[in-house]
Amino acid sequence: MKYEAVIGLEVHVQIKTQSKMFTRVAAGYGQPANTLTDPVVLALPGVLPVMNKAALDAIIKAGLLLGCDIAPVCKWDRKNYFYPDSPKNYQISQFDQPICLNGSVEIELPGPARNIQGEHKSIALTRIHLEEDVGKLNHEAFDSLVDYNRAGTPLMEIVSEPVIKSAEEAYAYLTSLRANMIYGGISDCDMEKGQLRCDANISIRPVGETKLGTKVELKNLNSISYVRDGIAHEIQRQLAVTQSGGTIVQETRDYDGQTGTSQSLRSKEMAHDYRYFPDPDLMPVKVDDAWKARIEAQCPELPFAKQTRFFTQYSLPYTLTSVLVWDRTLADYFEEAAKLAGPGKAQAVGNWIVNDLQRELGAAKLDLAETKVRPQHIADLVTLIDAGTLLNNTAKEVFVEMFATGEPPASIVARKGLAAAPTDTAELEGWCRDAIAANAKSVAEFKAGKESAINGLKGPIMKASKGKANPKLVDETLRRLLAEG
Amino acid sequence: MSDASLHFQSIAELAALLEAKTITSVQLTEAVIARTQAVEERVKAFNSYDAADALAQAAASDARRAAGQALGPLDGIPIGIKDVIAVTGQPLTASSKMLANFVSPYDATVTQKLKKAGAVIWGRLNLDEFAMGSSTENSAFHTTRNPYDLERVPGGSSGGSAAALAAGEAIATLGSDTGGSIRQPAALCNVVGLKPTYGLVSRYGLIAFASSLDQIGPFNRTVEDAAITLQAIAGYDENDSTSVKIEIPDYRAALKEKKGPWRIGIPKEYFGEGLDPEVAAAVEKAVSFYEKMGCEIKNVSLPHTEYGVGVYYIIATAECSSNLSRYDGIRYGHRSAEAKDVVDLYYKSRAEGFGPEVKRRIILGTYVLSSGYYDAYYLRAQKVRTLIRQDFLNAYQEVDAIITPTTPTPAFKRGAKADPLAMYLCDVYTIGVNLAGLPGISVPCGFSSGGLPIGMQLIGQPFKEADLLAIANAYDSKHDWSRRTPNL
Repeated sequence: MKYEAVIGLEVHVQIKTQSKMFTRVAAGYGQPANTLTDPVVLALPGVLPVMNKAALDAIIKAGLLLGCDIAPVCKWDRKNYFYPDSPKNYQISQFDQPICLNGSVEIELPGPARNIQGEHKSIALTRIHLEEDVGKLNHEAFDSLVDYNRAGTPLMEIVSEPVIKSAEEAYAYLTSLRANMIYGGISDCDMEKGQLRCDANISIRPVGETKLGTKVELKNLNSISYVRDGIAHEIQRQLAVTQSGGTIVQETRDYDGQTGTSQSLRSKEMAHDYRYFPDPDLMPVKVDDAWKARIEAQCPELPFAKQTRFFTQYSLPYTLTSVLVWDRTLADYFEEAAKLAGPGKAQAVGNWIVNDLQRELGAAKLDLAETKVRPQHIADLVTLIDAGTLLNNTAKEVFVEMFATGEPPASIVARKGLAAAPTDTAELEGWCRDAIAANAKSVAEFKAGKESAINGLKGPIMKASKGKANPKLVDETLRRLLAEG
Repeated sequence: MSDASLHFQSIAELAALLEAKTITSVQLTEAVIARTQAVEERVKAFNSYDAADALAQAAASDARRAAGQALGPLDGIPIGIKDVIAVTGQPLTASSKMLANFVSPYDATVTQKLKKAGAVIWGRLNLDEFAMGSSTENSAFHTTRNPYDLERVPGGSSGGSAAALAAGEAIATLGSDTGGSIRQPAALCNVVGLKPTYGLVSRYGLIAFASSLDQIGPFNRTVEDAAITLQAIAGYDENDSTSVKIEIPDYRAALKEKKGPWRIGIPKEYFGEGLDPEVAAAVEKAVSFYEKMGCEIKNVSLPHTEYGVGVYYIIATAECSSNLSRYDGIRYGHRSAEAKDVVDLYYKSRAEGFGPEVKRRIILGTYVLSSGYYDAYYLRAQKVRTLIRQDFLNAYQEVDAIITPTTPTPAFKRGAKADPLAMYLCDVYTIGVNLAGLPGISVPCGFSSGGLPIGMQLIGQPFKEADLLAIANAYDSKHDWSRRTPNL
């Protein structure tokens, strides 16, 4: 019997706000333990939550970016459970009236080759709701210490429908979702900092069956690669159990990305009864059309839409767009440089950014924002090459210098005397006449129609000019002289 | 009897003396401290007090006044605070072993407001643990006595607030009212007790019992004092999402401006079985007073009254089961020394830290919120709650206020209501007001043949405290019940 996997993902994304979800104290990462706290975060006796409107703005934006229906009214519920990382021993969340419903995430599956665009799919969402993050337990030798810095950070839970079919699709889903959230300025989605976390619900069923199989929840998928690997591992585990005549038990499993193994955390019988009820400390929230319109105006173009535009507006090849569009700052950088360089130079600009700039950034471990190379530098470099002033080989050298110092390329060329050709066309013409005179065989072949024979003339010219002759000008001059006589 | 000592004067009277510089706040505060030291051993209204701190505040008030910067009628007036309302640097115990050693690092909004009005924040007043009870017998520390009969309870949960005021150990006090916890002890201790409309006074800094029902309010010697105190504590607070943005009128001015006559409703459901005849007679006499002053007295019906106690004990326990989850021994409060692991720490800390009534309500509330029971209990209770509110709103089509007894009987003896259900029925007349979110005030209206105070309850319309206070003042200003003092 052939089986297929059915996967639903629950993704938690921390919203990047100044302050926490229900109090004024700052939200942040990497601060000394328990410094981002106040009476509300610590759940001291008598405190009350007050909603952070910026967090609501952000989730509405996320919902609009993903095509969700924004509920006209949403409310807050308490999810009750005891754990030391939860100061109130209940979490304020949204149970039956989440703010975003439906919507979808567009994904691109791997293409047949790296340079060929893959198939696009739309992964349906069930809902997105807003809640507060919990603190962090640090287990020491004899104690467990709790740090409440993270507690109360605004957190979105994005729940997909069980429509994901493979580990690769899950990987593509998270990649796309993360890019969208970063694009929207909603979150930095740094998984190492816990800003994006993912749980997967996985089941298998015979192909053709419409009923869902028994699901297993996989937790602690700490990177997008672990999500892919963990899901692949779980599908194989379920297939193995099923094929050896066993049955899948509904449970929560913990995936260890280091060892590539998983173990059971708890079974269905031990599942919590969260005793949800509406939080009496908070009022329901009405989101009217004016509010939605205000957020809509802040929504950026998303990666796939940008990619389509880059194909038509700049005639870029897939390989360039597939690098540029996933990073909003890189894409913006590209567009600025392309605009400065002027028409017809976008692909060259793209090549310099995607190949050379990215490589140098990687080697120097720098962010785009940190480099001294500004879009104007790239535009100038491409313009110099296009004008024939700079040869490609020399340009690489100029680029490295420019990356190190931030000196404009024209200045480097002038200072180092790297200009491609003597501006004196008489000198160039002299080299060409010498070459024609000294290479009768090549001249004869060319005149007989062998196009490539002209290259036999160019070598001696480059040699005579010590490599500085502008190849474009050399080519033009040779053809003119050969045609003349 | 009626004692004219400083510590038995009203805020209005003392404010005049302070303004005329006949007395200083330090003198007044010293008088209150001396009185407290004299009677507290018998009354046991306080969990703690800090005389030096109070005198320092009084001295600051006197300095303001000397500089011509007096802040208003509360400046220099010692006001006692129920030990569920946060005061920076003061204990905040909820009369629970769980918080026996907890000191608040922050002020409740009402505390801030009283400080801004110049009041001398005075002492921490006893209550039933976490405000759960009607006698203060559920305090983990000690039972407060009724100043009119030390063998009897002062009511609860704000029993300390009522008893301290009645005994002259404060000039006014603050309490909190979830199902009658201000009005019931006020009635039993012969003082005025006001529960404002839900949302009028910020709950920030009030230890939550049942969030959708809790409201802070004042205990006073007169209705006029209630108007003065409410003025200081009412108003929208950005720290409490359930507080309401409305214009706050001049309550004290309203007492003179609003002269009636009013239409006053008598709900037959509040005068039935279980009502002590002496209480009924006292309230009926008050009704006659209103009738004589030209008010129209109308019978009204609140048909869902009988479901009040049941609905209350579902909603209040559900909310408290969640509100009290934070007391877990992890960050503050009682932590068991015996715990082996984290789950054991929860079990033991909470088992040792909470008293039996608190545990009973947490268990009840956990049950009614459980999967499979939620719809039958919590959801249904919320629907009936809506009907109870609608009963009142229907009645207000015809009347301006409703008059009822505050309690079925005068103060009962300590230990007389060991059965929790009997204790729950003490609040049968006060619970509806919380469920409907309305303002209610208990005003002294007589004494039983045994010399025990009797209170009547006036119930007003949402956010119309100005009218309610004016109606209450029309009676209170023409009677001296509330100015009588106990023979301690």
